Amino acid sequence: MGEHVTMVAANERLFAYLLRLADDQLILGQRLSEWCGHAPTLEEDLALANIALDLIGQARALYAYAGEVEGQGRDEDQLAYLRYERDYANALLVEQPNGDFAHTIVRQLAYAAFMRPYWGALARSSDATLAGIAAKAEKEVAYHLRHSAEWAIRLGDGTAESHRRMAAALEELWRFTGELFEMDETAQALAEAGVAVDAAALEPEWRATIDEVLSQATLARPEVKAMQSGGRDGRHSEHLGHILTELQYMQRAYPGLSW
Amino acid sequence: MTLAATDSRTESQRRRAWQAAAAVPDPEIPVITVEDLGILRDLRFDAEGRAVAVITPTYSGCPAMLLIETEIVKALEEAGFPEARVETVLSPAWTTDWLSAAGREKLRAFGIAPPAQASSSKLALFAEAAVGCPRCGSGDTERVSEFGSTPCKAHYRCRACAEPFDHFKCI
Repeated sequence: MGEHVTMVAANERLFAYLLRLADDQLILGQRLSEWCGHAPTLEEDLALANIALDLIGQARALYAYAGEVEGQGRDEDQLAYLRYERDYANALLVEQPNGDFAHTIVRQLAYAAFMRPYWGALARSSDATLAGIAAKAEKEVAYHLRHSAEWAIRLGDGTAESHRRMAAALEELWRFTGELFEMDETAQALAEAGVAVDAAALEPEWRATIDEVLSQATLARPEVKAMQSGGRDGRHSEHLGHILTELQYMQRAYPGLSW
Repeated sequence: MTLAATDSRTESQRRRAWQAAAAVPDPEIPVITVEDLGILRDLRFDAEGRAVAVITPTYSGCPAMLLIETEIVKALEEAGFPEARVETVLSPAWTTDWLSAAGREKLRAFGIAPPAQASSSKLALFAEAAVGCPRCGSGDTERVSEFGSTPCKAHYRCRACAEPFDHFKCI
């Protein structure tokens, strides 16, 4: 009996963990796809859409696995399209608006520099399915990181205007980076079981990557201010509701629609 | 019928099924097959004797995977394996190192610069790989964008012959 209760708790934890990881990729993928047809150049339009595609592919694999773990018959579409804002557990950073191109690049740089070592560590997870998803994603995010790092340097070390915009984007978005390294009870228990990643331990590597890029970009890391968080518990900025309105519209208006 | 006889029949059937699935072309780069690409990982029969093709995606979000699955099932059914299906495995993760030598040559002839060998080493943050022009062979090329017309390709330009071309990027 006691063992059964422990197993149920472990399963619920894994389900919650898979959802937050999937939500991060889906929401950022959705955000980036808003650039489709609007990016500064055709090559960049393709690049952002490609990155969005990788992220949505990763989200699909994670949602499909989450559905299996939950065992209630929910598939990837139901998990993505039929959960409410408070049930979404993505980090606040990924739901922030695209802003100008500098904002998109800073958000992308901060996130990819975090996910590169994250997926690398998760590829050694004791959970074979999670390790398989992570090993694939690690290779993809390596390209995402290069893309945003190169743009950060080009813009930071570019004109006075591009430099000013990059500095403003860093100032604006920096307060959302702290949440990435937070470890709550769910993450802690799964990390101790060898399933999840100790995100807090990745901060020095993340800082080293960011510092390397920012120094080449002639930009300074912003002064540390109070960090914003709450996304993991479903407490989001105003932006997530608007994203979900667009993302979920078809399934809400035409339940069960398929094509 | 002895067990050995059954086994050899199954083996020859398996080979025939493999060949049918292996001949399916990539929908985006029709000169290479799923076998050349290294995404067809296995072919077996389930307990009911139905053919099961095991594939692995190139990229997590590759939109060609669904079409590839459909085409493999169709090819197997046409080769006389009814109710065939496709299973997807993620581990070990696909790498461009699995592209066959024949596949690399076909890519080059098609105008796509093939990926470098031994690409499974980690991608460096700022390193630049040398990519030869598939048209004139010159090494004097420049990267236009690391993200091209499909997830697996990057966009390059040759400085010698001025042709733009795709590079099948290493992963």
